[in-house]
Amino acid sequence: MAYLLEMQDIVKDFGTLRANDHINLKVEEGEIHALLGENGAGKSTLMNILYGLYHPTSGTILFRGKPVRLNSPHDAINLGIGMVHQHFMLVPALTVVENIILGMPRRWGLVDLKTAAQEIREVARSYGYDIDPFAKVWQLSVGEQQRVEIIKALYRGARLLILDEPTAVLTPQEVRELFRVIRRLAEEKYTVIFISHKLNEVMELCTRVTVLRGGKLVGTVNTCDTTKEELARMMVGREVFFQLDKEPPSLGDVVLEMDKVEALNEKGLKALKGVSLEVRAGEILGIAGVDGNGQSELAQVITGMRKLSAGRIRIKGRDVTGTGARYIYEQRVAHIPEDRQAEGLVMDMSIKENLILRQYYRPPFAKGLFLKWPAIKENAVQLMKEYDIRAPHEEFLAKTLSGGNQQKVVLAREVSTQPDLIVAMHPTRGLDVGATEYVHRRLLAERDRGAAVLLISTELDEILNLSDRIAVIYEGEIMGVVPRDRADREELGLMMAGSKRLKAS
Amino acid sequence: MKRFVTPISAVIIGLAVGAGVIYVMGLDPAEAYRSLLKGALGSKNGLAETVVKATPLIFTGLSFAVARMAGLLNIGAEGQLYVGGLTGIAVGIYLQGLPLAVHLPLALLAGFVGGGLWGLIAGALKVRFGASEIITTVMLNYVAIYLVSLMVTGPMIEPPGNFPQSPPVLDSARLPVVVSGTRLHLGFVVALLMVVFYYVFLWHTTVGYEARVSGHNPRAAGYAGMNAVRNTLFVMFLAGGMGGLAGASELLGVQHRLFQNFSPGYGFDGIAVALLGYNSPIGIILASLLFGGLRSGGNMMQMTAGVPVAIVYVIQAVVIIFVACEELFRRWQKNKVGPKFNLRSLLSAQPREVKKSHD
Repeated sequence: MAYLLEMQDIVKDFGTLRANDHINLKVEEGEIHALLGENGAGKSTLMNILYGLYHPTSGTILFRGKPVRLNSPHDAINLGIGMVHQHFMLVPALTVVENIILGMPRRWGLVDLKTAAQEIREVARSYGYDIDPFAKVWQLSVGEQQRVEIIKALYRGARLLILDEPTAVLTPQEVRELFRVIRRLAEEKYTVIFISHKLNEVMELCTRVTVLRGGKLVGTVNTCDTTKEELARMMVGREVFFQLDKEPPSLGDVVLEMDKVEALNEKGLKALKGVSLEVRAGEILGIAGVDGNGQSELAQVITGMRKLSAGRIRIKGRDVTGTGARYIYEQRVAHIPEDRQAEGLVMDMSIKENLILRQYYRPPFAKGLFLKWPAIKENAVQLMKEYDIRAPHEEFLAKTLSGGNQQKVVLAREVSTQPDLIVAMHPTRGLDVGATEYVHRRLLAERDRGAAVLLISTELDEILNLSDRIAVIYEGEIMGVVPRDRADREELGLMMAGSKRLKAS
Repeated sequence: MKRFVTPISAVIIGLAVGAGVIYVMGLDPAEAYRSLLKGALGSKNGLAETVVKATPLIFTGLSFAVARMAGLLNIGAEGQLYVGGLTGIAVGIYLQGLPLAVHLPLALLAGFVGGGLWGLIAGALKVRFGASEIITTVMLNYVAIYLVSLMVTGPMIEPPGNFPQSPPVLDSARLPVVVSGTRLHLGFVVALLMVVFYYVFLWHTTVGYEARVSGHNPRAAGYAGMNAVRNTLFVMFLAGGMGGLAGASELLGVQHRLFQNFSPGYGFDGIAVALLGYNSPIGIILASLLFGGLRSGGNMMQMTAGVPVAIVYVIQAVVIIFVACEELFRRWQKNKVGPKFNLRSLLSAQPREVKKSHD
């Protein structure tokens, strides 16, 4: 059997770290091949080697049976290899067509935007994409930007498409749409390498799976011969339980009360329209919804980071409307923000400094104006042990940690103070299986301790797994609240799409 | 240890380029550097001059660094230096009948507050109107320089009014000379104390922690409930105050009166000092001494080797360019070695400095 691509014995060292340790990867033409592994398993490194961004320390790459040497992405593109990175490589201020032809060879140094736009429209249309070549990229949604990236690769003649965690940024509908296109590509003998750590997606979409763990090859299997559980075991190296054991909730007093809350977004538009919610001690209220329907604003008004334009918010009976982030934190409200790197952490500061971000100004971490470093250090050592934050020591910068460990820093900081209310937004976004499991267990433990938890997530599975009650938000309105045991996936989906509304109960 | 590699190699390359220029001019580089070294370090007086020239650079280096650590770009140390010199010397001249132990600290304080308020203007414009402090501080430099010109040609002119300069500062407000026979004055000690203050403030106080968090990640600062407005105002006041002290110490310790254009660009060289010293306390002192040494040795080089003193600026410029390049290079390397290659961050490789700090 001839393979389109064979990577043989690939080794890649970064200093003393071996990111790829004798990895073999064989991909047939026209297949959808998953590259599965936890964060840091070496998936991206391997693909960056294939795309000419890194040089392997040793090993060979055969493309269509011939050994090739890839010195830059240019070489890869010339061979017909295209890559869509997890973080898009687009210039937001330029139009779609300008982005697509950026860096392509052109005759006489001239750019013919009109012809290019026409061609791009045709390529797009043949895959069922409707795209305006003259739209500015910053105006596009994340899903549309990804389409631009895919079209860019196809337009440049890619026959082998590498998709690096393409679903991490997409809504469920967009994921479905993406899968449709990927299948279509495969039908036309395009080859797709699909990098992921989401097992459901891999099982649904791919024909074969290569699993990496800790920079080493675990094996390549056919999806029809394996199960989700087995893949998880290969990926993590131990048994993984997908079902969480959940006690029935023991409800306490109302902790969070929102009464017809309204708020504006950055553009001055109403992002929240009369939201009324209640969360009691000892329960998890899940907020389901498609990204961008007011979830960010919801988390921000509750935690005091955004002003209300109408309505009241009470925490444990006390009106906190119009107070600030610090006041609300001091009412024992923890906040796991939606973007840990942009908001929840200071990447250039050490773990121990990040762990006091909320409490640096009060004992035991400060006395008067002065910081108490011994207490800060002791706090870090203790929390790192308690929350299994893996780093050599507490002086390491937050940016050197893996995503999972970064989230554990946030989690440790927010939860270790035994808050009465936890607002958690996308708490597992971008995390691998192990870290996700950890975060879920911690949140459940907090609920069992008696904390009220508001879980905002776009992953319906996560909401269904953890919540005791589920509210659906659509265009800034709550479409309804249902108890978990009466929640129905289809019904929730209709509510998320705004086509069904439950009577206020 | 690794942190020293770049600054030191930057200095070596700077000296090498300087040597090349001297050679092209048909002069002897070895001879030039020998006299430079001799001028800067070869005698008690030379050493003292090196320190005298380094003193204002420490202040202005701290001025840039403290703002930088809080995510602000203070290009206004030069103007703050002029205003601080003005207010310091005004107290030194017109407040009479006080003992040295009271008068001198008061004059220094006036310099600090004067420069501080000048910095605060830029801070207030940023907080109130969102005006970039990069622009406003640069603009305020001109205002300050002309303000000083106005004062010494009018209200503060020394009677009978033949020269555009102020009367001499009272003895009770002069920074005493600490090594007799030289111009080395107490201002250097004040500068070292300010370095200690800088360190304690940033790394051992809650306000300094807030400043650093705001500098690295303003959104995290908002999340943590920090008051961005108060931080910006306070840090700009502090940065301005450091700049003001540079002017006050130079006038109270060396010049002893106010006149036009009394600073040869100490405020701008402070930026170079902070860059070369990576905003670290020790780094700022060492970089200041280096530049001070180049200045004081440069004169000797001109006299004995016939090499124009401007070579010193060539060396200084090359050093800064190299350090700035290293910053870019490191960013590039980081992206290359990191687990994820992020072309976008390279394309938008604006220096971290330009990052928007407070909204």
